[in-house]
Amino acid sequence: MEIICNSEPRQVAEGISLEKYILDLDLNPNTVVAEYNGQIVRREDYADYIMEEGAILELIRFVGGG
Amino acid sequence: MLMINEMPVDFRQGCRLVEFTANIMPGADVFIVNGFPVSSDILLQDGDNCWLIRRGEVPSHDEMEHLLYARHTPGVQAKVKLACVGIMGIGGLGSMVAVAMARIGVGRLLLADYDVVEPSNLNRQQYFVDQIGMKKTEAMKENLSRVNPYLTIELFDGELTEESIPEVFKDVDVLAECFDGAEMKAAGLRAALTRLKGKGYVGSSGVAGYADNNMIRTQKIYDKVYIVGDRESAAAPGQGLMAPRVGIAAHHQANQLLRILLGES
Repeated sequence: MEIICNSEPRQVAEGISLEKYILDLDLNPNTVVAEYNGQIVRREDYADYIMEEGAILELIRFVGGG
Repeated sequence: MLMINEMPVDFRQGCRLVEFTANIMPGADVFIVNGFPVSSDILLQDGDNCWLIRRGEVPSHDEMEHLLYARHTPGVQAKVKLACVGIMGIGGLGSMVAVAMARIGVGRLLLADYDVVEPSNLNRQQYFVDQIGMKKTEAMKENLSRVNPYLTIELFDGELTEESIPEVFKDVDVLAECFDGAEMKAAGLRAALTRLKGKGYVGSSGVAGYADNNMIRTQKIYDKVYIVGDRESAAAPGQGLMAPRVGIAAHHQANQLLRILLGES
């Protein structure tokens, strides 16, 4: 199925969680802020958010240093 | 009419600055006229606004405000002195943001850090050798008080979490995220977007190394919410954190905080 991630169409497996999707991008979910269909997702909910067809996802990834 | 240290004084044609003001503040040796320092005696003009200072003497609170005001864009001082800025982490980014906020006279600062000053901090952070081992919060309060003794500086000495951030910073007007670790940077933004809605927020990501200056950007991601950095340059072996580039990013953050306080978007 297709979702839109950071304005780009992406093919993802049915039933994939937000947590798994971020891990598959080779990112540490703790370093990512996610907005799913306009809603900011709390970190503890990443594993419970199952992606739906046509979902609009915005991911903001942070790198260390300051 | 002249204004001398905020007091109205009758203007007399032909009066000269140093001679005319000798009785008003004996021993004054710094003269500021209409916001600019004057090095030699000058003929005063009707309406001039003069400040007389004794070198080495700490100005009073009122004097300090007026002296700051003189060098600021009109209207800025009145707003920043009422503002409260929170800074999460006072390391490389946060210590420079804090100094910039103190220098423009932000009235209230809330500084949070759990760490102590270490030698490896001194390559970029606004601390001094004689402060090694001090809590960063205490050391920064000491340093900022030397910049401006009339600021209110509140300290949170401890580790912040995604859960505690909204409570600790509930009263600030704008919040700067100056953490070192990527996980806390993300946690800070999540906390702000879910439980500090409507507050200004300026985060950071990608400030390490010495890559091109102009890759550092201030990007708006939501209303009053910004991220500064190149979004790529992580601190890593071979790509350290150094004063110049961290400083560029810190001052992007500081200027964006000021812009939010002044209602620019």
